[in-house]
Amino acid sequence: MAGASKAVVDSRANLPFVYRQYSPEQLRGVLHKMYLIRRFEEGAEECYTRGLIHGTMHLSIGQEASAMGVCMPLAEDDQITSTHRGHGHCIAKGAEVSRMFAEFFGKTTGYCKGRGGSMHIADVAKGNLGANGIVAGGIPIAVGAALSSKRMKTGKVVVSFFGDGANNEGAFHEALNMAAVWKLPVIFVCENNGYGMSTSTARSTAVKNIADRAAAYAMPGVIVNGNIFSEVAEASFKAVERARAGEGPTLIESKTYRHRGHSKSDRNRYRTKEEIEDWMANRDPIALFETELRDFGFIDGQGIQAIRDAVAREIADGIEFAKASPAPEITTLQDYVYTEHA
Amino acid sequence: MDAAVRELSYAQAIQEAMAIAMDMDERVFLMGEDIGVYGGAFQVTGDLVERYGTDRVIDTPISELGGAGVAVGAAVTGMRPIFEFQFSDFATLGMEQIVNQAAKMRFMLGGEVSVPLVMRFPAGSGTGAAAQHSQSLEAWLGHVPGLKVIQPATPHDAKGMLLAAVADPDPVMIFEHKLLYKMRGPVPEGHYTVPIGKADIRREGRDLTIVATSIMVQRALDAAATLEGEGIDIEVVDLRTIRPLDRQTVIDSVKKTSRLLCVYEAVKTLGIGAEVSALVAESEAFDYLDAPIVRLGGAETPIPYNPDLEKATVPQVPDIIAAARDLVKGIR
Repeated sequence: MAGASKAVVDSRANLPFVYRQYSPEQLRGVLHKMYLIRRFEEGAEECYTRGLIHGTMHLSIGQEASAMGVCMPLAEDDQITSTHRGHGHCIAKGAEVSRMFAEFFGKTTGYCKGRGGSMHIADVAKGNLGANGIVAGGIPIAVGAALSSKRMKTGKVVVSFFGDGANNEGAFHEALNMAAVWKLPVIFVCENNGYGMSTSTARSTAVKNIADRAAAYAMPGVIVNGNIFSEVAEASFKAVERARAGEGPTLIESKTYRHRGHSKSDRNRYRTKEEIEDWMANRDPIALFETELRDFGFIDGQGIQAIRDAVAREIADGIEFAKASPAPEITTLQDYVYTEHA
Repeated sequence: MDAAVRELSYAQAIQEAMAIAMDMDERVFLMGEDIGVYGGAFQVTGDLVERYGTDRVIDTPISELGGAGVAVGAAVTGMRPIFEFQFSDFATLGMEQIVNQAAKMRFMLGGEVSVPLVMRFPAGSGTGAAAQHSQSLEAWLGHVPGLKVIQPATPHDAKGMLLAAVADPDPVMIFEHKLLYKMRGPVPEGHYTVPIGKADIRREGRDLTIVATSIMVQRALDAAATLEGEGIDIEVVDLRTIRPLDRQTVIDSVKKTSRLLCVYEAVKTLGIGAEVSALVAESEAFDYLDAPIVRLGGAETPIPYNPDLEKATVPQVPDIIAAARDLVKGIR
């Protein structure tokens, strides 16, 4: 809250957490990034439909507040591991959409030089150790990164994002146990969007809330409305403080919803149209945050339009950058399998 | 000036290598099941926890998958973990992290990270531990681009190759035959490395090349010593690394001897012997062959408990002698 005058602080005293904690500029920046995530995924989806991108992708449209809220209290050198539904995490941690588009187009200018695509998108320089094609694959890796932080005394906090499906993998349980036993600076963020592919949590998971599983590993388990940015950011802020203080891990369950199907093959047969429309119309995280910002006087209609216009330009420029970038030479096929010796 | 050379056991040589690695580099640490006060299931870590403390000799819970993943994560973020699987069979529990994560992370991220990870796997039969504690799974991992897979056969190489593995920027999987742990041999003091990817001609000969791995190197040498009395002169190539393979040493040896016998403990089919045979068949050495290539490998069965059955499952010295003699005398 650096720079805020006492009068401003007092006027915000009754507002939710983020409006007391962060400056109006920062909060408008969050809205900007939430739009950037949304429009990036819409742009990627359109490019896919037009045959410009091959493979598949898993869209997080509807989960933007969760990615942004969790990353809000993180420093640039804090680290994350992400999931197959990881575009939002990548942007929230600071990635440029142009290089993300380039990766989706399989170009050398992409974050993974065209070797990873959507499912392995990463931005190591900004602390994103990578999305992961294996459900729960990144969770123990995050614990290892947190072990490095503790051993090397870097002060870094590591966040592991995963979905509700991952909480039934053995890696989840093994990783949470070790993080707790060794009191590591790691935060486990379960983005529970209700379905592991088609199977609902009610049908797959014995406990009512995934956060309940924290009890088995003697760590705090926190449930937040993942579509309300302030709620997510507040929980993340507390978990980061706890981790930095050496008090160990936290499990945050961010209850949210994906508007799109699991992947491009999804026919949405396991949920009703009404359910999807209800989430889109009444609980869209961007609309909720935008309304709050407006109601609390942090932005006006003109400001919102300016953000939307700026994002549209960034997306268009990013796609152009990707199209114009060079594809990898076939002769480089075996590059990066092993570390090149100088 | 050569460093002083003493006799050490294979297990002591590994322990010494790990101690040197930890002395040289603060980032190196050990993790695994019961490697601390217990000293490891085969006493390879021994008393290292007393010298380096529990921060650097970390007992993990019995969580092979999670533990392997923690090692991967630590490696990617600047540490140099040496992870011990209690038995190589338990690699099956950690395969996800080894195969999908450690091996591919650098590639998937376009070279933005390296995974300087060492994993140690006590492997092989001969201890009466039956089917789930006796396997030789090195060819499984040898099939995965991104990994390096080594099988040192002597105390000297066990130390030198482990130190090479710790210095390597990529994941190195070390398969250590459990029956070798007590084998004694000359080991120089101090730091030295034995390169990964280089085979070693352990015995020169004219009549037959035996390409062997791990404990089969010693058995091949024993067989060669016996056959020397019959006037059969055998060359023994210790493969040492199965990924990346040292093709040239094998090819050159077969060009010299014109006969090839592959000896390895893992199940015979689809294994390292098939790869070595194929690389010779695909090379200019093919034209030099005077006899069909022969493979001696493990039987097509899980490792049985009964000691006689167990022995019969994998090549023993008399099997190697018989196969070598037949090959040289043209019976095959």
